[in-house]
Amino acid sequence: MSDFHVTILLASVIAAAAPILLATLGETITEKSGIINLSLDGTILLSAMCAFVIALKTDNILLGFVAASLVGALVAGMVAFFSIYLKQSQVAVGFVLTLMTRDLAYFIGSPYSRMPGPQVGPMPVPFLSEIPFFGDVLFRHNLPVYFSMVMIGVAWWYVYKTRLGLRLRSVGENPEASYARGINPNRVQMVYALCGGLLVGLAGATFSLCIKPGWGQPQGAEGTGWIALALVIFGGWNPVKAALGAYLFAFLQVMSIYFQGWLPSIPAQVFQVAPFPLMIFILVIMFFAQRESFVRWAKDKPVVRAVIRALSSAAPSSLGRRYSEE
Amino acid sequence: MADYVQNGQRISAGQYTETVGDYIREGVLTLVVVLAFTTFVLFIAGAPPLDAYYHIFKGSLGSWGKFTHVIKAWIPLTLCSCGLLYTFRIGLWNIGVEGQVVMGAIFTTYALRFGIATPFPLVFLALSFAAGIAGGALWALLAGFLKTKGGVHEIFAGLGLNFVAQGTVLWLIFGPWKRPGVASMSGTEIFPTDLWLPYISSLRISPIGLACALGALILTAAMLRYTRVGLYLKAIGNNPNSAYLLGLKPNRYMLIAMICAGGFAGLAGSMQVAGVYHRLIPSISSNYGYLSLLVVMLANFNVWIAPLVAFFFACLNVGSIQLPMMLQLDSSLSGVIQGTLVLATLAVHAWRIRQKTRGARP
Amino acid sequence: MALELRDIHKHFWDVKANDGISMILAPGKIHGILGENGAGKSTLMKILSGYLHKTSGDILLDGRPLHYSTPAEASALGIGMLYQDPLDFPVMSVLDNFMVGQKGVLRNRKPFFRKRFAELSRSIDFTLNPDTPVATLTIGERQQLEILRLLSLGIRVLILDEPTTGISSAQKEVLFSALKELGRQGRNVILVSHKLEDVEALCDTVTVLREGRVTGEMDAPFDTSELLRMMFGAPPKLTLREKVSPGEEVLHLEGVSAPGGRTGLSDCTVTVRRGEVIGLAGLEGSGQDVFLRIASGLIRPVAGSVRLGGTPMNGKDYHCFRTAGVAFQPASRLEEGLIRGLTVTEHYALQDRRQGLLVRWDDAYSTAGSKIEKFQVIGAPEYRVESLSGGNQQRILLSFLPDRPRLLLLENPTRGLDMESVYWVWEHLDEFCHSGASIVFSSSELDEILMASDRILVFFNGKIIKDVKKEETSSMELGRAIAGKTS
Repeated sequence: MSDFHVTILLASVIAAAAPILLATLGETITEKSGIINLSLDGTILLSAMCAFVIALKTDNILLGFVAASLVGALVAGMVAFFSIYLKQSQVAVGFVLTLMTRDLAYFIGSPYSRMPGPQVGPMPVPFLSEIPFFGDVLFRHNLPVYFSMVMIGVAWWYVYKTRLGLRLRSVGENPEASYARGINPNRVQMVYALCGGLLVGLAGATFSLCIKPGWGQPQGAEGTGWIALALVIFGGWNPVKAALGAYLFAFLQVMSIYFQGWLPSIPAQVFQVAPFPLMIFILVIMFFAQRESFVRWAKDKPVVRAVIRALSSAAPSSLGRRYSEE
Repeated sequence: MADYVQNGQRISAGQYTETVGDYIREGVLTLVVVLAFTTFVLFIAGAPPLDAYYHIFKGSLGSWGKFTHVIKAWIPLTLCSCGLLYTFRIGLWNIGVEGQVVMGAIFTTYALRFGIATPFPLVFLALSFAAGIAGGALWALLAGFLKTKGGVHEIFAGLGLNFVAQGTVLWLIFGPWKRPGVASMSGTEIFPTDLWLPYISSLRISPIGLACALGALILTAAMLRYTRVGLYLKAIGNNPNSAYLLGLKPNRYMLIAMICAGGFAGLAGSMQVAGVYHRLIPSISSNYGYLSLLVVMLANFNVWIAPLVAFFFACLNVGSIQLPMMLQLDSSLSGVIQGTLVLATLAVHAWRIRQKTRGARP
Repeated sequence: MALELRDIHKHFWDVKANDGISMILAPGKIHGILGENGAGKSTLMKILSGYLHKTSGDILLDGRPLHYSTPAEASALGIGMLYQDPLDFPVMSVLDNFMVGQKGVLRNRKPFFRKRFAELSRSIDFTLNPDTPVATLTIGERQQLEILRLLSLGIRVLILDEPTTGISSAQKEVLFSALKELGRQGRNVILVSHKLEDVEALCDTVTVLREGRVTGEMDAPFDTSELLRMMFGAPPKLTLREKVSPGEEVLHLEGVSAPGGRTGLSDCTVTVRRGEVIGLAGLEGSGQDVFLRIASGLIRPVAGSVRLGGTPMNGKDYHCFRTAGVAFQPASRLEEGLIRGLTVTEHYALQDRRQGLLVRWDDAYSTAGSKIEKFQVIGAPEYRVESLSGGNQQRILLSFLPDRPRLLLLENPTRGLDMESVYWVWEHLDEFCHSGASIVFSSSELDEILMASDRILVFFNGKIIKDVKKEETSSMELGRAIAGKTS
């Protein structure tokens, strides 16, 4: 393959990863505080629909993004509200919301199906885009894609390097202890559910206004939310590792188009669903890699050990658990 | 996970009782919330709300023909709900039920293909049902193994397998089982009528399908109430650690629960192929797997309330098919109503518990 | 600053955990709060620290009433508490733990807190590495971290809830000297304990609680027998069991090691004989829990061999041990013993091991009825187990024990029970010995161990450091062994 192809391939991976990346980062932040927002798949669709419709009606792309992020935050806020104030299972509420928001998106969005609409134009970064190879791969995208890349670093810095991030992690690890130290776990969980939801909403807008412009049924974003949820586990609740997972997944998606061309004998459907079982496969591998017997076996194998260390992860200790005072 | 299953059940720490009046008040409040929200949604979509509700009602219970469609939807919904009662009982979130329906449908189609132009269509029809049950159970068992042996949460295992099952259907329809001539989204070639599930033509209802659904209900109720397996599922679901120390093997019963759930879901898939579509189509499951999760949650995990909820949901699904024709609205309104109903029920009940325990606190 | 508690009540539904408690805590002194398990000490201290809300009563500081409802508000007023189970974040580093709850928004100010941490450590002679993860620390070290953190918040009233449970004697000395130093600095130190020796070693004055009420106060030097009277009412009677002479070997552990619990278990060799009652003494989590779980097949040893009546059992699971006649009963009743949400009858139905598809509900119901009568449970077959009181739950658990077991392994079988129930439980267990079973039990009460056992194993830091017949030892000697001194 010539150099030219590699550039295009990598650039399209970076672009395709943007919404997955935003959703994954959002969910990582939410889960760090101990809340599982299972509604991602529907939320992304609903916010994608809102973004497209609002942008179309107001002819203002920015408003589309704002609307989408508000929708994302609203749905995530409902999960948090049901968990914190009504003591309901996050999984149950999240699942119902997944289905409900998806149908809501289809219902309200159906008159706008297949309509031509606004979309975010490319915005090469001056000077940087002139760098050979890297310029083409990294700096010839549109704003949401840059934003998604910047957010990796911001999320990591915020979670691990600031006092607020410390507070966020402490609530996800042990809300009782956080409460004893003057932190209000309910408020922290609510705030980060909303923040995470905001990013998930932006992911939806990135779909309908950049990556797969327009609205339809199916839109093409179906399944992304579930992938993002799996990527959070894959990334071990670390924004940087989760981001790598998102890029890996986008790479597989893009490659499946190439593979289809190269191996016409294998039906297209296999490539479309391949990333999902692959995800499960990786989760299984990670589970076995953390077993004691395996760790003993890998003791004198430095490469294996390094891989395990990179994959090893622990969920926030109180993830999904409902916290209540007294 | 036990508390997911418990949610909605009366908490025992709070020393108060629920009266019939409480239930009625809760029910009315829930309905008000749901109606308010859906009316708001219809308002956004620029549709006349009363007309929409009227068409949903007329489209589901307005005539005998429509009613038979409701029953056709009720049967797979009830079957899936029965299956889910086993997995919820042991504290598993069998989201994979959707894929289990699809696998059941695939296996049924496979078996029926051998029955084309043979002298004993009924034998193959029976065989295809067995195949459907086996297919669903197998798919569920796979998710169960991923959970118990592979450490993958059943939600992710189930979802992944749902996508794989869906991919398999598409591959079969466009590949090995494609129609002579052109492959299309309309599915495989239709089976000859002697391989259709027999139905009473004057009523347009299949007695076998109805019998399966009712049998599943009675069997499930009896299993959960009277058999040791039922008791063990409940014990493990409420506290796997204690159950292990009392001599039970949680992993084994998780697999058993998954097999039961998958079997019923697979049977629902058979119904879809042999009783409704008479071929394999891409959307063969009609989303009944996911929907049945909502049914069971709304029924508060009760065997006898589940079929009633399933009937109501079936009405909504069938009735909303009228919306695109009559009002140029999308039929997904039914999903919005169903989801809102479950959320509102959870919220109203939880809110009332909150009020009560607050008041009872010294 | 003098802290005064005035007529504090705390009711949990219908249980009166604190029933009108008043006391004055003078500054610059180490004040002991003494009482047996369930006397209401922890509840009172959680109210004082803002973690629980009192039902009624007043807390006054220098005569002015204080109003606060959260731990944060309490610590802003200078009241801080070290909880029995350290409330910290195991996956984070010591320094991160130190920083959680300190003021600040974006900037980390790590260097500043590192310096502050080092200063405070020096002032009371603690030596903690700020960069190690808390998960690798011992309980004693986690307490030190928490004390440092509270001091950094400017705490003037420091409450310690059972701080000597689970820490080594060396750490205890470090802790006590630090507390004395804090007292000298004019801070108000409150030590909650049910251990006489701690109170005697450290406190200037002591208040005794029993059943939610104050039963007495005393200044140092203390009259031990008077304190005991205040704690227990009448001093506990020790009944002497009829001796059963030990028979053939039932359980044999040879050089067994396993991870688990706080300390794991290393190189343990023990033989249990028929008819013997063996008490496992030691600070909680010194290896007794691991020992019982190895003997019941719940933990598989990484080294050494386990024999049951001469049969090697290595690699067999809990259910094999169970069929071989071993019965294990865990300490946490509702977490590992009983199943929340199931009725008493359903529990007996689960115990029915006969083959068959159907549950024999009638049998289970009548079994439940007869067991409830035999074990004097206050409850009915259709009650859910979580609605029973702790003592009755324990009785239900005891009724699960098989009729003719070979070996009973009991973890804290009488925890949280009143004295009468304790005697009742042991009378019942003695019947098992007479029918030829062996009993191995752990207990945090030395009195109970001395009362019930034939032989006593003392655990310290994951090892058995003493294996002695009851007649050949005394509570003094055992107490020293529990603290790690065998000479």
